[in-house]
Amino acid sequence: MASALVLLLLFWLAKNAQVEGFAYFMNIALIGVTLGAVYALVALGYTLVYGILELINFAHGDVFMMGGMISATMIISVFNLGAHNSTFSVVAAVAVSLLVAMAGCGLLNATIERIAYRPLRHAPRLAPLITAIGMSFVLEDIAILWKHPSYVQTPSVLPHGNVFSISGVTYTWEKLIVVLITIPVLLALVWLVQRTRQGKAMRATAQDREAAAMMGINVNRTISFTFALAGALAGAGGLLYALYFNEIRYDTGYKLGLIAFTAAVLGGIGNLPGAVLGALVIGFIQAFNEGLTWHSPGSDWTESIVFSILILILVFRPSGLLGEQTPEGG
Amino acid sequence: MRRGRISERWWALLGRFGLTQQRWGSWPAWMRRLVKATTWLGLGLILTAAFGTWTTSALAVAAVVLLIVVPPWDRLPNIGPYRTGRWIPWLIALGFVVAYPYYVNGLPQLPVFGPFPNVHTMVVAGIFTMMALGLNFVVGYAGLLDLGYVAFYAMGAYVCGWFASEQFAGQHIDVGAVGLQQGWIGIHLSIWLVLPIAGLMTALIGVIIGLPTLRLRGDYLAIVTLGFGEIMPQVADNGNNLGGFNLTNGTGGITSIDGPGFGHGTVARALHLPASYLGAGNLDSLFFWTVIVLVLITIFCSARLRDSRLGRAWIAIREDETAAAAMGIPLMRTKTWSYATGAFFGGVAGAYYSSYNGGAFPDQFLFQISVFILCMVILGGMGSIPGVMLGAWFLAYLDQEGLSNVGGWINSHFNTNINVPNYEFGIYGLIIVVVMLLRPEGLIPSSRRAAELHEGVHDEPLYDVEELNAPLTEPTV
Repeated sequence: MASALVLLLLFWLAKNAQVEGFAYFMNIALIGVTLGAVYALVALGYTLVYGILELINFAHGDVFMMGGMISATMIISVFNLGAHNSTFSVVAAVAVSLLVAMAGCGLLNATIERIAYRPLRHAPRLAPLITAIGMSFVLEDIAILWKHPSYVQTPSVLPHGNVFSISGVTYTWEKLIVVLITIPVLLALVWLVQRTRQGKAMRATAQDREAAAMMGINVNRTISFTFALAGALAGAGGLLYALYFNEIRYDTGYKLGLIAFTAAVLGGIGNLPGAVLGALVIGFIQAFNEGLTWHSPGSDWTESIVFSILILILVFRPSGLLGEQTPEGG
Repeated sequence: MRRGRISERWWALLGRFGLTQQRWGSWPAWMRRLVKATTWLGLGLILTAAFGTWTTSALAVAAVVLLIVVPPWDRLPNIGPYRTGRWIPWLIALGFVVAYPYYVNGLPQLPVFGPFPNVHTMVVAGIFTMMALGLNFVVGYAGLLDLGYVAFYAMGAYVCGWFASEQFAGQHIDVGAVGLQQGWIGIHLSIWLVLPIAGLMTALIGVIIGLPTLRLRGDYLAIVTLGFGEIMPQVADNGNNLGGFNLTNGTGGITSIDGPGFGHGTVARALHLPASYLGAGNLDSLFFWTVIVLVLITIFCSARLRDSRLGRAWIAIREDETAAAAMGIPLMRTKTWSYATGAFFGGVAGAYYSSYNGGAFPDQFLFQISVFILCMVILGGMGSIPGVMLGAWFLAYLDQEGLSNVGGWINSHFNTNINVPNYEFGIYGLIIVVVMLLRPEGLIPSSRRAAELHEGVHDEPLYDVEELNAPLTEPTV
């Protein structure tokens, strides 16, 4: 059954590549990689938090949106970036904005954990999920209060020139830069989780909180740190979104958060490499669905397709593609 | 118990004036009633005087208070096992609700909240009460978090659109419909027929959604229902060309849905029932009285099902799924029933709403509405019928009129310019968070749910760090 579906999908892709021409197909695929990079940053946040607490942090998508808002403020109001700026000043401003967005969202996410999730330790499982939904709405309204309900337009500061253009396949700098910012952040995350003392504490807490506490790990602090880390990733995602798509609104985070959550589930929730893989797959699916023309449902149905994948994965293979495991590579 | 401590403080205060609990108890019953009634009346008078609206309606309210507090209803003779006296205050209250359209215009302005809700608001509030009671079957009784309840509402609305409008222009079917114009086309069933059909079809959808997904653990189930809730409006949005077939009429929605009515039959005429609601002058009032009947039916079903074998099975699953399964409760079947029941009432409410609106539009069916209804259930108290009703009524009122009234008051008194209804959903989000943190059992809790939440059940807690300080015990599995 599943293999038949995959075969059908491959046939559809091959047929499209034939109809549209290979170069067009590859261009669409490159858009998919870019989308996947943004989704990966958000999906990792879901997976990190789920790994340590088994909580679906519903407000995470909105933390991402706040990251985008913070970045937009930095780009527009603080640095006043535009086409007139030199390359160096753009790089410096983007780097500073990245740090500010990451720090801001990390703080925000840790605060949310402190306010809305920690007091519900002894409550039934669903209680913190419900408060998470509440927090998500509160964050959206804070964004409305701050930036009004309309789209915030950010200037297009990334260079649009080609990195390479081989027989019709063009790769523009803006797409490459999204990936170039994502990869170091991911490497830093891997290093943090695998090599540092704090990362070891996170892995221990995820495996067994009681045992971790008995070993002298400050469990509360570790949980706060995990939330801050997830928030920082979301902040980086928000910056990339603001830079690449150039517009962001209060409800951007809700939609994108659900898509990213689907990515996390698809890869196997709690599994860090799985989240990245799932995000890439979802990015490809979205790009192919919206870009290809031969019997593709089109952008009207993107969300339905993504959520159908979510439902099918949860029902038939809840452990995801790479398997549910203790997070942080365990 | 908190409540006990508060009343102890009251008694301590009253004791300083010489009124101890013992002395109060030694008085005859009529005297205690009189003192209570005088106190309440006095408070009411002070309040009305303070707000400067000394009107007949204020006197009427005072009279009602007197009626409810003073007479010894419980001394009425019982009919069989039923204590008739208990019902009298409720019947009086129901009478006041039914008569609402007649005296609403005479009611005074409230401070901050402005005028009393108009009849239109009351109709919408009634419909949302029905939906909230429907969601209560799933969230309150069976303890399953459903984030996609709006899908059922949408389904009901569209079923009503299919069977009582000109959507399918190729058909020419009329079963008891009222108010048809010359040269009508499409399928037109009587709304009284459409309501149960919508309920049943929605219940069927509930079963179809439920069967594969109800095996999932609580939080995963919540996300899956949310997925369905997101897919549904998109299908409605894009359903104008499903392989060339126009099912939902796309973003325009299905419009000019028929209204209910009793036609020109002899029975209807003898009982003075309106032939067609849409043609009548007091349209809102007619819809209001009808929704009261629907809500009463929902309340009856809620209460009876809760106490039935099935309802007790739901509550058992909510409290401890493993233990319930061990006692022989078929988990899947019981959960699916709760889903189907909740879906049924959501569907009926959706169909009625679309008949009242005269249309079903895809932008009515957003995730926000699911959370809005969930917020009603949580605010009022999960599993508690009066609580859910209060929550539903209050939030629907806020949504329709309250927030803009309060916003206007804030803006005129503090010289600000905030568009309060813009922040509606953030306010609901805040309500959800605050209620879950401070009073998870809701405003009017069912005692059973409150006990569960405060004393704990065998539901796996999210993360238990504080318990580490307790002496080590056997690990629970």
